[in-house]
Amino acid sequence: MNKRIYINGVGCISPQPTLDTHSFLENVVSVEGNRLKAIDPNYKEFIPPEMVRRMGRIIKMGVAAAKTCLEDAGCQIPDAIITGTGLGCIEDTEKFLGNMIKNNEEFLTPTAFIQSTHNTVSAQIALLIKCHGYNFTYVHRGFSFESAILDSLLQMENGRASSILIGAADELTTNSFQIQNRMGYWRKKPIDSLKLLEHPETGTIAGEGTAFFLLDEKKNSNSYALMQDVEMLFRPESSDEITSAIHLFLDKNRLKTSDIDLLLLGLNGDSRFDPVYNGVTATAFPDVPSCGFKHLCGEYMTASSFGVWLASRILKEQQVPEILNVSKKPPALKHILLYNHYRGINHSLILLSQA
Amino acid sequence: MSKRIYITGIGIISAIGNNVPEVLSSLEAGKTGIGEITLFPTLHKGSIPIAEVKLSMEQLLTQAGQNGSEQFTRTTILGMIAAKEALSSAGIDDVNAFRTGLLSATTVGGMDRSEVFYKEFLGDPAKGRLKDIINHDCGDSTERIAIELGIRKLVTTISTACSSSANTIMFGADLIRSGKVDRVIAGGTDSVTGFTLNGFNTLMILDKRGCHPFDEHRAGLTLGEGAAYVVLESEEIVMKEGKQPLAELTGYGNANDAYHQTASSPDGTGAFLAMKKALNMSNLTPSDINYINVHGTGTENNDLSEGMALERIFDPVPFFSSTKSYTGHTLGAAGAIEAVISILSIRNGMIFPNLLWSTPMKELKIKPITKLLSRQNILHVMSNSFGFGGNNSTLIISKLT
Repeated sequence: MNKRIYINGVGCISPQPTLDTHSFLENVVSVEGNRLKAIDPNYKEFIPPEMVRRMGRIIKMGVAAAKTCLEDAGCQIPDAIITGTGLGCIEDTEKFLGNMIKNNEEFLTPTAFIQSTHNTVSAQIALLIKCHGYNFTYVHRGFSFESAILDSLLQMENGRASSILIGAADELTTNSFQIQNRMGYWRKKPIDSLKLLEHPETGTIAGEGTAFFLLDEKKNSNSYALMQDVEMLFRPESSDEITSAIHLFLDKNRLKTSDIDLLLLGLNGDSRFDPVYNGVTATAFPDVPSCGFKHLCGEYMTASSFGVWLASRILKEQQVPEILNVSKKPPALKHILLYNHYRGINHSLILLSQA
Repeated sequence: MSKRIYITGIGIISAIGNNVPEVLSSLEAGKTGIGEITLFPTLHKGSIPIAEVKLSMEQLLTQAGQNGSEQFTRTTILGMIAAKEALSSAGIDDVNAFRTGLLSATTVGGMDRSEVFYKEFLGDPAKGRLKDIINHDCGDSTERIAIELGIRKLVTTISTACSSSANTIMFGADLIRSGKVDRVIAGGTDSVTGFTLNGFNTLMILDKRGCHPFDEHRAGLTLGEGAAYVVLESEEIVMKEGKQPLAELTGYGNANDAYHQTASSPDGTGAFLAMKKALNMSNLTPSDINYINVHGTGTENNDLSEGMALERIFDPVPFFSSTKSYTGHTLGAAGAIEAVISILSIRNGMIFPNLLWSTPMKELKIKPITKLLSRQNILHVMSNSFGFGGNNSTLIISKLT
């Protein structure tokens, strides 16, 4: 990308106390089990009471994180809003389906149906701040957030927007958790979530959350990092293909693997999926400090957005929280590469640099 | 805008035809696809009409070249059929001869199977076949189609309600212009499900007579199903291949109404902004547009809002019609289905009528075209798709010069 694009604001609601920008994972939350729940703030502080009552949880989370982000960036109305979500408004979908089935298609109310449209988070944000700009929602598994990043970079590059609010949100409902459990996604034996990455076994732990970022052409005193680039790899056929893609990606951004100061990896403690990361780091980044982050946020389709929040904070504060258990202390913190994959299907690379 | 974006292939399956020639034939003949519900059991059978693709799952599987060993959702198969036709229409044998992306849109995803799953599961979490739920999310149909077509370069899904597949076309063009890909197959697919039928019915915006777009006595929309894709290629690639494109994508725009989650603003702000953006990009003036394929769902709210926006921008308002009284409102597929219809309009010099219309709306000065017009010189067509969440999109497609 030719333009320098800054992350000037962040807003993150997750299973960790991440909404508060004054602290940075000094206090962490752990659970004994296989399910992490995002910490709900007092939504009335962000959303008018008459709206809060009717809003589904994912929408409340998204709106609260977005508002926090905009305030953090000192931005009232961005030029565009682009979001990603893997399962969309699943709670309202289940609610409407449930009523439909229970009542045999009679006496139904529309609220849950209306809110089940997957672009509702983007739409409600636009509605609240009266933003008439470009408004897209990507709903594609482990590419949802990455597609939003890509689109935002294109819109900035082609001059159609100079400030863009991007974000991702995914909620975990009990039904959704149970269905994925039946599909063998989660660990069978409960563990201390913070130890998730220590001994990979079959299964990971479920998570949820939302993260928003305000991208802007202009740097300001609050700038966290530079959003440099993103790459998506669909069903790569070998470790070689991934490492080639990484080299090409870094090359395109005029960097070498040795320029990467920290590698953030989407390890999730699942022995079926973690080996890919190990193979790639051994080949391409043998000496680069690395760490995972899903022991903090759990696994979900847009977990990479938590990773980007983490990278943004690290680059701004120039320190790596202890809880990340980084393999060795990075001598510098200029460039962070996030490599994530969702169940081996959607692999992505996100490059962030110091502002 | 530097690079020109050409449309080199089209594919479509809908209630009025299972491929491009059949759809064109129905459009010319004024033959609607709206009829009785047959696809799934519902209380509303016989009272609410919808526009179904006239093929069973078995027939669709055959048409898509599947032998039945794998389970697909109806949404996926519809998309697969239309995407394959688009590729063939573009004369593409080796999809990876150039860097090719697949951008697909859907609102319901695999809901045709998921609702079967949930019926069992919600009563007992140990019940329900996992095969029926595993394809639920929106990204699934896109990935299944990408795998079938052999596309890996760039694969993603947009879901913005009724503007979804207009948005995939826009994003496709932006991707080509950025140099990230050389060409894309862009479009969308949606099947009708009990979920959407009941959802829209609860909103009380379904017309039990079938939709009457832009009519004073309109009472709502008619749901439809289908899929359509266009192949967009860069000017450079088209020259390299020595291909003759079908049309050109000359302008587009997306704007948000930011008024209400489901209703459009009375003066059509979002619609107005989207149309303006598209005109600006295409460097055309309102008087250059020869035909508008309106969103025209037949709801009281949309048609008024859209009509107001049209009258604000165009003076005079060009020929316009809604083709939703043929195809029904195909939600995530609507933008692409109507883009294909717009291309057929240009290539055949025809303006397809707005069926089921009799009385002009009292708030507007304008009336849609209600009889087929032929031998028209159609240079520029505007196609509107406005979705829930105030998501308003406009495409401008032009004849080759």
